Amino acid sequence: MAALAGTSNAPLLSTRGLSRSFGGLKAVDGVDFDLPAGEIRAVIGPNGAGKTTFVSLVSGRIAPTAGRIVFDGTDVTRLPAHRRVGLGIAYTFQITSIYAALSVADNVALAAQRSAGGAALKRAVDEALTRVGLRDRASELAGNLAYGHQRLLEVAMGLALKPRLLILDEPTQGLSDAEIDGFVQLVREIAKGATVMLIEHNMAVVMALADRITVMDQGRVIAEGAPDAIRADPAVQAAYLGAPQEAASHG
Amino acid sequence: MSERARIAALHLAVIALLFAAQFVLPAYHHGIVSRVMVLAVFAIGYNLVFGYAGMLSLGHAMFFAAGMYGAGLPVYHGGWGIGPAFLFGIACGAVLAAGIGLLALRTSGVAFMIVTMMFGQVAYLLALWFGDWTRGEEGLTIAQDLRVVGPLDLTDPTTRYFVALALFSAALLASLALVRSRFGRTLVAIRENEERTRMLGYDTFRTKLAALTVSGALCAAAGAAYALLFGYMGAGFANVPYSILPLLWVLVGGAATVIGPFVGTLAMFYLTDLSNDLLNRNFPDWDISALGIVGLALVLLILFFPKGVMGTVRARWLPWLP
Ligand SMILES: Nc1ncnc2c1ncn2[C@@H]1O[C@H](COP(=O)(O)OP(=O)(O)OP(=O)(O)O)[C@@H](O)[C@H]1O
Ligand SMILES: [Mg+2]
Repeated sequence: MAALAGTSNAPLLSTRGLSRSFGGLKAVDGVDFDLPAGEIRAVIGPNGAGKTTFVSLVSGRIAPTAGRIVFDGTDVTRLPAHRRVGLGIAYTFQITSIYAALSVADNVALAAQRSAGGAALKRAVDEALTRVGLRDRASELAGNLAYGHQRLLEVAMGLALKPRLLILDEPTQGLSDAEIDGFVQLVREIAKGATVMLIEHNMAVVMALADRITVMDQGRVIAEGAPDAIRADPAVQAAYLGAPQEAASHG
Repeated sequence: MSERARIAALHLAVIALLFAAQFVLPAYHHGIVSRVMVLAVFAIGYNLVFGYAGMLSLGHAMFFAAGMYGAGLPVYHGGWGIGPAFLFGIACGAVLAAGIGLLALRTSGVAFMIVTMMFGQVAYLLALWFGDWTRGEEGLTIAQDLRVVGPLDLTDPTTRYFVALALFSAALLASLALVRSRFGRTLVAIRENEERTRMLGYDTFRTKLAALTVSGALCAAAGAAYALLFGYMGAGFANVPYSILPLLWVLVGGAATVIGPFVGTLAMFYLTDLSNDLLNRNFPDWDISALGIVGLALVLLILFFPKGVMGTVRARWLPWLP
């Protein structure tokens, strides 16, 4: 992770005027965003704020209608998703997207086999599964895992990609409290080697992990700053924190 | 025995069995098995795209026909040797498949079925359009004296059987190696969840294009061999039934299994043969075609036997079966 050192002024990821419309709906609307290397950044906002759409644009899963995306000094706006993965951007899906008919180990192997083969591949799979605590279940069919474990498998697949930027889209959805504690530890571990972008509705997780928080509403960034400042921001409270029942119903 | 050795042993045993069968089969069955081995190569090619990559093509007759005409016409009209003609036939299928893939792979699902079917129809109509060269449905017979390579006389049943076996063995082992490679695992990943595979850093379009091209080459190899071994090429082989048949053979034998295509081709060949005889004997003026049987078999299969023979064997007894 050479980029972690000495790039404190040039952000690992930045977007300018990034926009995406679905028909008349501006799901993401002119977002300027900078993420320094090594940070854990939480992206929060009410349902439908455009968080998933925003990170989908960054990962290349969908194409923007306007704007620019620069990753580590390279303009990746027109780069297909698989090339962005090659550069180090990994995305874990909000709606669990695993290979249900394949074993847990095979799921992770598909992520790891781009860079490793033979014995190294086995080791990489083992390591990723150990980190998320699914090593005992390596030979089970992924589709038979409990929902929370499928979420962890998603994370393991992201890890196996050896990303420089790991995007986690609501990873704790469906996890038990004990699992969430383990997960917070895991993200701290991951953050030692990679930059993390975390979309999360569970405010306890956000406050425990985030170096900084970006708040989105109706496709726009309405606030950005340290956790304490965000908690105190009246615009944020109106859009998001002021509606606790919504946040609670999601977590 | 390690899994790897077990798999190799099983597939080599199939080849050895077919080799031994040559010496014991009565003439009639001997001829059928030769034909089945060639057509099984067609099914193996189809299985790669349909079984492993999960793309339902309804136009694969065009690749078989590309090989058939690509090899047969230069021999018939240009006096080419068998060897170069065979290779040219394969090249025709591969190039055609790559070209079609560049266009058709922009679609998926039902749209892909329709697009490949339309291209298949265009290929069939072209075979009719160039009737001066192909003689359309009536077709062409390649004279006996043209079907000789060095010491090998392809019109001799024993030679024919061994040439067919050689081609079949090569295709079987190639497909075995392919589906067990990184490339093969990626195809399965695309079939299971294409979006996820893309987001794991795979160029899914290129992978699918490569699969379709290899499939086209295999199907064309079957078509070329068919023309050269059995001495006949006709536009009927470019028509819809020959796009449906490989689908049927693969479904009967077991999609996404390496041996399945052969098992399915063999089973369907004898099934149509037997039922044709039976129907013609008992209902002589009903004029029931083999195509009706094919259709019926397809419906019954999808309803009651979706995994096919080898797919069921894998699910029940041999989970390691590739
Ligand atoms: N493929 C799509 N087609 C049409 N509209 C879409 C599509 N994807 C998202 N939208 C719409 O764009 C808006 C933003 O959606 P997005 O999924 O990005 O929100 P989100 O912030 O991730 O919400 P949540 O917290 O519920 O996950 C929503 O109004 C959504 O309905
Ligand atoms: Mg979302």
